[in-house]
Amino acid sequence: MNTLRIFALEAKYEFLKSWRLPIYSLSTLAFPLMFYAIFGLSFGNQNAGPVNTATYMLATYGAFGTIGAALFGFGVGVAVERGQGWMRLKRASPMPPLAYFFAKIALALLFGALIVLGMTLLGTLAGKVSLEPLTWLRLFGVLLLGVFPFCALGLFFGYVLGPNSAPGVLNLVYLPMAFASGLWVPLEALPKALQSVAPFLPPYHYAQLALRTLGAGRGENPWLHALALVGFTLAFLALALWAYRRDEGKTYG
Amino acid sequence: MVHSLTDVVHKPPGPAVLERVSKHYGSVKALEDVSLEVRAGEVLALLGPNGAGKTTAVSLMLGLMRPGSGRVTLFGQDPGSPRARQRAGAMLQLSGVPQTLRVRELIDLFRSYYPAPLPLERVVEAAQLEGILHRLYGQLSGGQKQRVHFALAVCGDPDVLFLDEPTVGMDVESRRSFWSQVRSLARAGKTVLLTTHYLEEADALADRVVVLNQGRVTAEGTPAEIKARTAGRQIRAVTRLSPDLVRRLPGVTSVQAKGTALQVLAVRAEPVVAELLRLDPGLSDLEVTGAGLEEAFLALTTPAEKEAVR
Repeated sequence: MNTLRIFALEAKYEFLKSWRLPIYSLSTLAFPLMFYAIFGLSFGNQNAGPVNTATYMLATYGAFGTIGAALFGFGVGVAVERGQGWMRLKRASPMPPLAYFFAKIALALLFGALIVLGMTLLGTLAGKVSLEPLTWLRLFGVLLLGVFPFCALGLFFGYVLGPNSAPGVLNLVYLPMAFASGLWVPLEALPKALQSVAPFLPPYHYAQLALRTLGAGRGENPWLHALALVGFTLAFLALALWAYRRDEGKTYG
Repeated sequence: MVHSLTDVVHKPPGPAVLERVSKHYGSVKALEDVSLEVRAGEVLALLGPNGAGKTTAVSLMLGLMRPGSGRVTLFGQDPGSPRARQRAGAMLQLSGVPQTLRVRELIDLFRSYYPAPLPLERVVEAAQLEGILHRLYGQLSGGQKQRVHFALAVCGDPDVLFLDEPTVGMDVESRRSFWSQVRSLARAGKTVLLTTHYLEEADALADRVVVLNQGRVTAEGTPAEIKARTAGRQIRAVTRLSPDLVRRLPGVTSVQAKGTALQVLAVRAEPVVAELLRLDPGLSDLEVTGAGLEEAFLALTTPAEKEAVR
């Protein structure tokens, strides 16, 4: 037995398991790419601040996609595995519990990376995206590093939702939250009331950090955004822990 | 059962032990002051109806939940400790597996958790997985899925196996074949804790039976002892005597009203029949049969208040 090998195998099978499930792999990968192609590229000639729209939206739709991969990978994954009893069998096994979460994080990062790479290709080949390699790398890095609050949020929902209700409820959280955080259309184009709500939503801070790597965004202090994301992560983890404990006593007989 | 003081002093504790354990879920008392030891090398059947607390007992021994009070150990350690768990395998009730992984991949994953797992060929042989290793779990039949669950339990070559209602939903043939798999585990020196609500299954497999009902241990012994305690006669008759009165007759173990008739379980039929006829000369439709295993089991676990419904 080798702990590293367990982590690697968990991640490998987490990937195979999801990849073979078209409803998951297609909706997680294809929807954000499609949205970016429709909204990001068709307005590509206009400018959004210092960059063109296609470039601006590479950051915001990239954030939209990576959030989806994290939220659904954890949320639906945990809800389904709890529902089917796979989680229980694994918890009874000698598997190090961290390996389970590691595998889900690895999957969210991998799907997130595929989404951002796909969008970059689309934007560069079919749109007006032309980024310096270093700038792109910084954007890519921020988008990947910023998924943790959404992993934690997904984990919470995974413990409170049932396997059948999870996808629906998560979409009800995901889509409005993305919209109100300015991931679909720039915040400036949203009604004033919504603009004032945005700072209370984690995707707003995430997207602002991503935009900043392009020299766009609102130019607020990046450390405040980072701090907000750390705060959200801790709060969601605390909620997830509460939900996990609540769930513990449910199976008896 | 403890035979002498030296047993208490020198015998190391069994692989899994519950010591005066209680576990409540809200107002539901799943386990109430239960002490239970799974001894090394034995096949122990935890017998009881649904809701008796069997799954709770297994969950506690596997560290899936914490007891409300009392102590639970697995190989002398906290059941959550990885070292203890590396010596245990489990087949849990209602444990599904991701539909989109192949049988071979599932076994590969679970083998990686253990320090000295069985070679794949041995797992295939033990769980009868020939020909389905490359199939996706979601494409398997019910019986094949159950064999995969068995494979996941044994693939780490653990010392103790927890099998929670492993034959629920199996047809007669699969059940027999599963029994022979459990017997070969026992021959290999494994410790097995099996929960079941079939006395027949406990009888076929176990060295020792613990009967659990409504969260309490109500009987314990070898299958033969349990059967002896429950074996008896079933008497059926239409009578004007009240169930409460009949229940107080010597040798009567349980009484149930069935329409106008009473169904009485007794150790021996003759004295009870004689007494019934003496008390109610107008008694009719008398019938005496051997109590089947299921009736006997019901007599062991049916709580008094259920009989008193009428």
